[in-house]
Amino acid sequence: MIETAPIFLTLELAFLTTIILFFLAIPVANWLSHKKSILKTIAEVVVSLPLVLPPTVIGFYLLLAFSPANSFGKFLEHYFDIRLAFSFGGLLIGSVIYSLPFMVHPILSGLNSLPSSLEEASYSLGKTKMQTLFKVLLPNIKPSLLTGIVLTFAHTIGEFGVVLMIGGNIPGKTNVASIAVYDEVEALNYHNANVYAAVLVAISVTILFLLYFSNRKLQEVKIL
Amino acid sequence: MTHLSLQKKLHSADGQLLLDVNCDIEEGSFISLYGPSGAGKTSLLRMLAGFMQPDEGLIKVNNEVWFDSENKINIVPQKRMIGFVFQDYALFPNMNVEENILFGLSKAHPKKIVEELLELTELSGLREKKIQVLSGGQQQRVALARALARKPKLLLLDEPLSAIDNELRSNLQRTLLSIHSHYKVTSIIVSHDINEIMKLTSKTIHLRNGKIEQLAAPVEIFTNEFQDEGMLKALFLSLEKSGNQSHALILVGDQVLKIACSTEDANDLQKGDEIVVSFKGAPAFLRKL
Repeated sequence: MIETAPIFLTLELAFLTTIILFFLAIPVANWLSHKKSILKTIAEVVVSLPLVLPPTVIGFYLLLAFSPANSFGKFLEHYFDIRLAFSFGGLLIGSVIYSLPFMVHPILSGLNSLPSSLEEASYSLGKTKMQTLFKVLLPNIKPSLLTGIVLTFAHTIGEFGVVLMIGGNIPGKTNVASIAVYDEVEALNYHNANVYAAVLVAISVTILFLLYFSNRKLQEVKIL
Repeated sequence: MTHLSLQKKLHSADGQLLLDVNCDIEEGSFISLYGPSGAGKTSLLRMLAGFMQPDEGLIKVNNEVWFDSENKINIVPQKRMIGFVFQDYALFPNMNVEENILFGLSKAHPKKIVEELLELTELSGLREKKIQVLSGGQQQRVALARALARKPKLLLLDEPLSAIDNELRSNLQRTLLSIHSHYKVTSIIVSHDINEIMKLTSKTIHLRNGKIEQLAAPVEIFTNEFQDEGMLKALFLSLEKSGNQSHALILVGDQVLKIACSTEDANDLQKGDEIVVSFKGAPAFLRKL
């Protein structure tokens, strides 16, 4: 009998990660797209780090941070009664950090592709930075926003190393589909592994297809 | 009256340039900024708009201080009440013509001026159109209307017509003139086109290497030392001989002329030589087209 819980858990994690990252990445990308400073270079390095680090390394450090044996984890447990290690909340934080570049980079390159005169025109018409961001800049980089959303969602679905390190495989809590494939193979249940794997492939292909299709549509509208 | 005295170190491809400008501009006048590329024209305009901060100096528009380095005053572009027309139009692609013009107005602002501007810029029929479907000339009209909607104290135009062909350009120049005489807004235009400068503006600031070389009526600036004596600078193109008659083809501005000349004078000339043509003698006939 195949459990559907891991599939739904994966989708839930991907959905929540995408929403959190969308609202987090917009101010970060907006800040990074303006004048450069040393602080921003450091921030760019931090944002891009998950691209190059093995997921297990990120997972390992997060596990250490979340552990009640260490100061941050102790602090959370003592004051807020929260334990992040081996919990869905911990998984979510791990995913947000792990997928950060996949949301920030498309939005940042979208903002950088707009001519600076667009922003200056808005300022000259009396609009604040905030009004300019929401009424002028973001509406003109819709393909980049969509790319960020879809890539983040898809990337979170494909997550394995981080989840394994900080979540383990507690059924219904941290046992996402990618972990389930691994567990089933380890238990020699090739049929079950195959079903989980096929579902993941189907979801990923669908998402990417929707991305390229709708971005092509958006481009066509732009040209017309 | 607009007063500016500004200093700013600029970094250009040819190294450093000190922009050092000091002048007064009469209220309601139409001024042109002329000079070679890299002289600091666009930088000067951007400092007036507040997009660029001068190192030192003072900008005062109708007794309102916009920038004062001594008292550390630097009003943000949002509060300067300027209209800025960019070389690349900088229209918002996510809005239609009318939305672009309305963008600068607050909700409480009377919308009458939008109708008036649509009328003046001949855009009334295009108000619902997306920006992407407009021609360059139409886009520039929208940019102009948008810049004027808030009734700015200063209208700054950064080579607004440089990307537009000649016929449309003179059409847009007429629009600019009628808008200027209608709203009487102090306007400063960056332009390389002597024709345009003559038509539109009453004073020209001739900028060279970051300094004002001349501030005078355009006629004064562009009258060369020969023209006073009925002579014209031109480019020699070729010589045609037939019998003892000779004709020279010359380029004056963007027009090619064929004029009778003496063979002796023209024999040594090569294509592309700069020459002076004399019209001394019989008075010229002038007729309106």
